[in-house]
This record gives sequence, C-alpha cells and structure tokens, in this order.
Amino acid sequence: MSDWLEDHLPKVVLAPSFVAVLIFVYGFIGWTAWVSLTRSKLLPKYDIEGIIQYQKLFAAPRWDTAMNNLFIFGALFIGIAMILGLLLAILLDQKIRVEGVIRTIYLYPMALSMIVTGTAWKWILNPGLGVQSMVQGWGFENFKFDWLVNPDYAIYTVVLAGLWQSSGFVMALFLAGLRSVDEEIIKAAQVDGIPTWRIYSAIILPSMAPIFLSAFIVLAHLAIKSFDLVIALTGGGPGYATDLPATYMYAMAFSRGDIGQAASSAMVMMLVVFTIVVPYLYSELRAKND
Amino acid sequence: MKKIALSAVSSIAIMAASSAMAGPKAEVLHYWTSGGEAKSVAVLQEEFAANGGTWTDMPVAGGGGDAAMTALRARVLSGNAPTAVQLKGPAIQEWYEEGVLTDISAVAEAEGWADVLPASIAAHMQCDGTWCAAPVNVHRIDWIWANAEILSANGIAMPTTWDEFNAAAVKLQAAGIIPLAHGGQAWQDATVFEAVALGLGGADFFQKAFVDLDKDTLTSDTMVAVFDQMRTLRGYVDPNFSGRDWNLATAMVMNGEAAFQVMGDWAKGEFLAAGKVPGEDFLCASTPGEGFLYNVDSFAMFDVKGDDNEAGQALLAKLIVGKNFQEVFNLNKGSIPARVDVGLEAFDSCAHTSSADMNASSESGSLLPSYAHGMALRGAQSGAITDVVTAHFNSDMSSSDAVQMLADAVANSY
Repeated sequence: MSDWLEDHLPKVVLAPSFVAVLIFVYGFIGWTAWVSLTRSKLLPKYDIEGIIQYQKLFAAPRWDTAMNNLFIFGALFIGIAMILGLLLAILLDQKIRVEGVIRTIYLYPMALSMIVTGTAWKWILNPGLGVQSMVQGWGFENFKFDWLVNPDYAIYTVVLAGLWQSSGFVMALFLAGLRSVDEEIIKAAQVDGIPTWRIYSAIILPSMAPIFLSAFIVLAHLAIKSFDLVIALTGGGPGYATDLPATYMYAMAFSRGDIGQAASSAMVMMLVVFTIVVPYLYSELRAKND
Repeated sequence: MKKIALSAVSSIAIMAASSAMAGPKAEVLHYWTSGGEAKSVAVLQEEFAANGGTWTDMPVAGGGGDAAMTALRARVLSGNAPTAVQLKGPAIQEWYEEGVLTDISAVAEAEGWADVLPASIAAHMQCDGTWCAAPVNVHRIDWIWANAEILSANGIAMPTTWDEFNAAAVKLQAAGIIPLAHGGQAWQDATVFEAVALGLGGADFFQKAFVDLDKDTLTSDTMVAVFDQMRTLRGYVDPNFSGRDWNLATAMVMNGEAAFQVMGDWAKGEFLAAGKVPGEDFLCASTPGEGFLYNVDSFAMFDVKGDDNEAGQALLAKLIVGKNFQEVFNLNKGSIPARVDVGLEAFDSCAHTSSADMNASSESGSLLPSYAHGMALRGAQSGAITDVVTAHFNSDMSSSDAVQMLADAVANSY
C-alpha cells in the first residue's frame, strides 16, 4: 500500500486539478464551440444549425472593425512596448545612481489596474480637459490633440495607455535578462576594444532570445484579452471605432442576448490566440526533446 | 411507538411551519438601484408587506440591466427563476418563448387591465393572448429640453419642425452657444436618431422601419433624409461630446453652456434635482413632428412553484398596476403612470404634456415603441441598427451608404 502510494502520490495529488482543467477549460471550450454552431439567443440551445453564426460574424462591419483594431493595437502595443522596454532596460543597465528609484517609477504603472489606467488617460487625453486644453491655455491656440474623440485615431490612444501601463514591466523583464548575461564574456569583449553598441547587438541581445519570446507571449496575451482598458478609456467609442473582439463578444453575450454570435466570436478569438501560442509551445517542446 | 410519535411530531412541525409561511411570497429581481429608483421600489415593497406579503429583494446593479439579465439567465438555467423580474418590450416575448413565463390573466381580468392601459402598451404585456407581465410606468423618449434663458435671450421659440431647429441652431452657433448638448454613447445617438426618424417620417414610416423592419422603408429616401439630418445635428454638438454621460449633457443645458438636449424624460429628474422649475428655468416639448415614443418598464412573471409563491405573484401584479403605486412610483421616477385613469394633480407640467400626448397618440395610432430603448425590437436587431447609427454619426459616411449598411445589418441580424 505504501509503495503504491509512493509511486502514485504525484498523480493522486495532481488528479483533482487535472480533472478541473479538463472540465472547466477544455470542456467549456468544447461547449462554446457547440453553442457557436446553434441559433442560441437568450439561452443556449443545442440544435446544431451549421456555421450560420460565423457567416453572420464575418458579414458584420463591427466585427471587421474589432479585428482590424486588434491587429493595429496588437502590432503597435507589442512592438513598441518591447522596443521601449529594451531601451529603458539598456539605459538603466549603465550602472547609474538611484537605479532602484527609477526602476520603481517605471515599473509602478503595472501595479495599477487597466481600469485605473484607462480612466486616468481618459481625462488626460480629453480635448476639453486634458493635454489639448492645457497647451491651448499656454497660448498655443492652434494646438490640436483630439485623438480620443476622433474615430480614425482613437485606437492609437488605447495603444498609448497600454504602453504606459506595460513598458515598465517589459523593462524589468529585460533588465533581469541583461543582468543574467555572463560578465566574463562582456569583460573579454571590452578588453578587445569592441564598442559598447557592438557588445549589445552581437553578444548580449542574442543571448536574451528566450526573454524576448516570453515578453512577446505575455504582451500578446494582454493585447488579445484587452477589454478593461478599452471600456475604461473609450467605452468602445466614438461609435464603435475602438471595439476589440473581447468587447464585441461582451456586447453580444450580455447586452444583446445573442449567445450564438458571442460564442462564434469567442471561438475566433481563441483561434487567434492559438496561432500565437501553438508555435511557441511547439518550439518549447521540441527544444526539450532534442 | 416511538417512531409514530416522532413522525406525528414532525408532521405537526411541518404543518405549523407551512401555515406560518402560507402568506404571499415574492422574490423580485430588478436593477433599480440608484437613489430615486431605489426609493420607488421601496414603495412597492412596503405596500407588499402591508398586504401580508414576504418580499425578497434581489437588486442587481449596473450596466442598464445587463448584469441583472446575466443573473436571471443563471437562475433560469438552474431551474430556480425569481418570482418577478424587471423586463421590458420584446424581451418579455423572448423569455416567453423560452417557456419560463407564467400566465397572470386571472389578475389582469379581475383588475380590468385591458380597460385602463393603452392598447399598444397592453400588447407588450401579453404573450400569445395571455397576460404575462405588469407595466409600471411610461417614459417618453422623444423629448427636447431647452434652457429657457438662452432661448429668450436669442429670440428663439421651441422648434416645431427640424428645419426650425436647424435655423435656431445656426443662430445659436453664431452667438457662441453650443446648440445641442449630446453624449456620444451609442444609445444616445440612437435616441436622437429615432426622434428624428419619427419627426421626419411620421408614425407609419417609424412603424414600418423600426417595428416591421421593412427593407424598402429602411432604404427609402425618407431614411436618407433622416441620416442627412443626423449629419446636420453632428455639426451642432461640441467637439468634446464623445463618450459623455447623458446627465452631463443635461447639466450643460442647465448651466447655459448648451441650448437643447434630446433625451427621455429621466432628464427632467436632473433638472428637478437641481431645483429648476419647468416652464421657467427649462422648457420641455416633444421633438419636432407628430407621435409619441414610449419606453415602458414592467415586471414579467416567471413560473414558480408553491401556493405561497403564486399568491405572492398575483398580489405583486395587482399592486404594480394599482392606482396608488402607479402614482407614487412615477412621482419618484419622473415618468407617467401606465394606466390612464390615475389623477395627475401631483405631477408637473411636463408630465401633463406627456400624458395628454400619450392619450392623443393612442387615439390616432401614433403611440409607438422606442427602438433605441429596447421596446420595438429584439436585442440583436436593435443592436444592429444602433451600430449603423453610431458608425454614421461618428464618421463621415454618406447617408446613402448608411441606409445600405442599415438594410444589410438588419438582414444579417436574424
């Protein structure tokens, strides 16, 4: 008995959470997939009708806007956050004084929830109250910065607020990476008289590849599930110009009583996540097997 | 022997318990949680208790009822629906089709609801010919509110056509006043849109477009004209309107920053709360054109088990449509009673206008359900229309593109 227990203890301990994950993650993914093939409205129905919900989804201009916004927001948010975070990390890495204080200042926005970030930036960017009216108050009457209320540019204000929130976190990640590079190699390169920028581009950054990947995965997740930031900052507006797939899904499921439509949009969102995560998992698992 | 004694005791206990609990019981799910609304619900709660009932309150705050509907969905799916739920418009029929509503025709017939409710409002409370919901109030949507001082200072009368409104707006703009206070949220765009549609197209047009969803009407020249007027109105709002809450827009009218606001009669509550007097500080009138757009709050009755619950349901339905509650509740909420035989002595002049217009419109067939507030269409359809309205209002889309998009969106929403 005790031998058996010794052999199987890990499995026994893990079994409940394994079952829970199986049901509450994969089970409900399956359930959502099923519902997305029905004509469910207020309550879920289970008579399969085919891909009608997906046809409706792809015919909806609002979904187009949401997907376009996701790609604009995702690309800019991930790209700029990584570049900005890396720059901040490299600058902080120059053995400066009060590094701890500066690091805390940059990292601090991460401690705020997206709702707080969104609300704060909503006031900062509001043309009648924030930056625009302040600069105009200084005498620059022609200064214009009304992105928040301009349907063509509103999505970029979401990028702006998202960057403010996340760049510090990326910086912390990269800083840890920079510090983990072997000092000996860097010293050897410095002895050889290689310029600092070459040391970074040829030695340090390449050895940080796994950190780039982690940062990318974390940011990509933040981008796709981004919901609270949009709700707090623009409420999806002006019009539905800053809708993202997550806010679209919420509107369908909870405001419009159109569960079938919400389920199909959730499935498409999940596929987008999979196209990012699956290659990552694949590369990770392959690395283990080699 | 011991066993028999025990069972006798326990059955007595059960009888005692059930006789003590036999009074009417009701669990009421609603989303009236803000100040005036909560006070209004308390009125009903007191009346229910005074009639021997036990009230279980289930308020779910937030989201214009979205959160409450989510809670309701969970309760219905788990087979444990509340006794009465605040529902309105076609949502009542949608829930009826899910087979969870109950028949309260006995109460309705005993109380003579059919005689005291306007026919089109009564129709919303009926599912397949039986009564399944009880109306609480009538909100009018197509109101235009104005700052009296600004209008008299600029020599402007309340507009009776949209052309007059445009002329007044141009005059106000020249005087450096924002003509139209507006909050750029989708439902507010939709509120203005339906008021314009009723004004320019009339009752038949509105009925065909937003109740019957007739494709030819949706793409008609009149609809193009409606979108044109929306584009014109877009020029009369301040550049900062995006995402503004409706009560902030009302405050702009109150403070003299803006002249007009198109909003339902809950805006009156804001004026009154600020100590403004209708007719002196602010003016109310129906938006240009004939007709009356209503938004009726109501309670739908769900299928419940047990005599005490059914008795509670019947009592609740009776009280909701009762004269006393209709008067007290609507004085608190700013709307007017749904039943037409309640005396309006205690109500203000705007409510008198509203009530007179409701009766006149009911006679002439222009008493219409508001699409923007979920009275005319099901969620998916009204949402599809609102998407187009707000997309047009917040971009430089042409009116002809907008009507095409409108027809496509409606066709895509079934």
